[in-house]
Amino acid sequence: MDKSEKLALTLSGALLVVFFGAIMYAAMAKNIDVPTCITDMDPFTTDTLFQTGPDSYELQMVARMWAFQPSTVRLPVGSTVDLYVTSQDIIHGFKIEQHNVNLMAIPGAINYMRVTFNKPGEFLFACHEFCGAAHHTMAGRFIIEEGGS
Amino acid sequence: MNEETFRFSKSNRTLIAVLIIIPMVLLFIGVYGGLMQTLFRAGIIQSDPFVGGDYYKGLTFHGVLNAIVFTTFFAVAFANALIPYSLKKALNSKVAWTAGILMLVGSVMAAIMTLIGEATVLYTFYPPLKAHPLFYIGLTLLVVGSWVASANWVPMYLAWRKENPGKKTPMAVVGLFTTFIVWFIATLAVAVEILFMLLPWSLGLIDEINVMLARTLFWFFGHPLVYFWLLPAYVMYYVFLPKISGGKLYSDMAGRLVFMMFIVFSVPVGTHHQYMDPAISSQWKLLHGIFTFAVALPSLITAFTLAASLEYSGKKNGGKGLFGWMWKLPYFDKEKWFFAYMITGLLIFIFGGIGGIINASYQMNTIVHNTAWVPGHFHLTVAGPVMLAFLGGSLYLISQFMNKEVRLKAWALFSPYVYTIGLLIMSYGLKIGGLMGMPRRTNTGASYANPDSILFQADWMIYINLTVVGGVIMFVGIVMYITSFFTTVFSKSKEGEAEITFPISEPLHDEPATWLRNFKPYIVIAIILIVLSYTPVIYDVLQATYGGSLPYSPDSPVPLR
Repeated sequence: MDKSEKLALTLSGALLVVFFGAIMYAAMAKNIDVPTCITDMDPFTTDTLFQTGPDSYELQMVARMWAFQPSTVRLPVGSTVDLYVTSQDIIHGFKIEQHNVNLMAIPGAINYMRVTFNKPGEFLFACHEFCGAAHHTMAGRFIIEEGGS
Repeated sequence: MNEETFRFSKSNRTLIAVLIIIPMVLLFIGVYGGLMQTLFRAGIIQSDPFVGGDYYKGLTFHGVLNAIVFTTFFAVAFANALIPYSLKKALNSKVAWTAGILMLVGSVMAAIMTLIGEATVLYTFYPPLKAHPLFYIGLTLLVVGSWVASANWVPMYLAWRKENPGKKTPMAVVGLFTTFIVWFIATLAVAVEILFMLLPWSLGLIDEINVMLARTLFWFFGHPLVYFWLLPAYVMYYVFLPKISGGKLYSDMAGRLVFMMFIVFSVPVGTHHQYMDPAISSQWKLLHGIFTFAVALPSLITAFTLAASLEYSGKKNGGKGLFGWMWKLPYFDKEKWFFAYMITGLLIFIFGGIGGIINASYQMNTIVHNTAWVPGHFHLTVAGPVMLAFLGGSLYLISQFMNKEVRLKAWALFSPYVYTIGLLIMSYGLKIGGLMGMPRRTNTGASYANPDSILFQADWMIYINLTVVGGVIMFVGIVMYITSFFTTVFSKSKEGEAEITFPISEPLHDEPATWLRNFKPYIVIAIILIVLSYTPVIYDVLQATYGGSLPYSPDSPVPLR
């Protein structure tokens, strides 16, 4: 291997290490993570939303052909939501606009992510896994309202 | 140029031509589907003569025909040509034909099921959407055919090694064996998924299926699949490109190291497609992420080696200075039209590679997973460098094995440039749309891109419209290619018997690299990594999932049984 080749190899490796360091930093220091394996939650078949603290909620969401239940969720600004998602039939999925939430809804498994809504507005979530003939109509919204509540 | 030539039997020449021409027809059906999808998504059409109003049927055959059928056929035909050529050994015609017929029958079965609407499950065929059993059987025959074809090359290689002790295996053979070693390991998982889960369930022999398990097995296969696509292109880049550009391969050892790294790291990475899935612990997802970064390394080495090889060629062609060599490459040389297919692919792969690292970056995947960003990304890989190399390779193979002069060379030469311009525009539209939240695999024309719908997203429209512009330009590029391809196929053959030749590059730096000469240790390491990375994932899936899933049709929310 000649000198320039060794240099290229080293720099390539270093670049990947830097990228990987950034991932670890985000995970450890900023607590930004991906969904993990949930085993302490009983399977649910209907949707529920309840308050668990002054600014915190638990939302159990059910995806089915071709709607999310609930499809519209109204919450005050500053709410933190423990979001559990499952599917009643086939695979669905969604990403909440402008938020770090992206979840697959899979039958026979429960997915989970925590999200905080810091600004008011309407945030679309569109089903992003093919789920049959009316897949493109399957969507919902988080409506985050200013103060007041 | 006095290249080495090799004579193939007539039967083998016919086989290789068939393995190129039939998938080319299927590819064109798929490409037509791709064009229609951009129009559907923008709401410009609500139906087309081929699929009616069923966008998702079109999307299924676009994916299955272009990404699975065309690529598998090309890889087999290419290896059937290049392995015997490189080893100077005759191909066993009976085995090769058996393999080819299995693949053809399987592909046609799967294609028919898709086109009559019995398999609208997209190319990932996730349960519990159910396809007709013949769709699964067809895919199985395609895979089994490719196994039979590759088994045919093993005795040739072993005999060559016996006869040539101490000699380096030709780079082309190393690359093609790597391709099929990765393919074999990967397809074992999808074979288990299809034969023990999907097929009996589709036939009604078992009632329910574990969706997460099927999905995990699919991605065990699904990610190495992309290297199965990429590796034949790498073979062309390492073996043909330096020679065609007028120079030598910068480093022989780098090429061999790259291929061995692909054997080691191609498979234990599949869970990075499931970062957003339930039932898999995040630390195992991270482990697969680390291995994905490891498999990026050979591509970075490749970027260096190929750039260095091209620099050597450019300087040999008279280029001066730091960047002068760049202008001394045969971009627009009609006789070297093959160069255009490789250089455009390499340009596109810069963006494809960066996108891939973003996707693999664990929590950053949250922003892009299953959005339009993803098709934006993989069109820059499988529909970029892979597709272009395979098109160039197909035209080259057909001219060699049918003994024809390539016709309409100017069309063949400019096709990849036109296609590349279209592709960059289309992928830009998809990627930015995806960052804004536009979902993939979605007929947006009927909702998000329809001003009359309550779901209308005005700010996505410009990016959706860009995909139409790009898609139309890509289609024009492919039509140019197909015209040249079929004009060549139907033209008069040259005099005399076909003598096959390939532009094989010599190395500039050639080291003994004895530690890179044997596949075995790398296969063993790969198996160890696979066991380590997949055992906990499968364990998680099995213990965190409950109940099974009945089959569904895409048309009804009520299960089929």
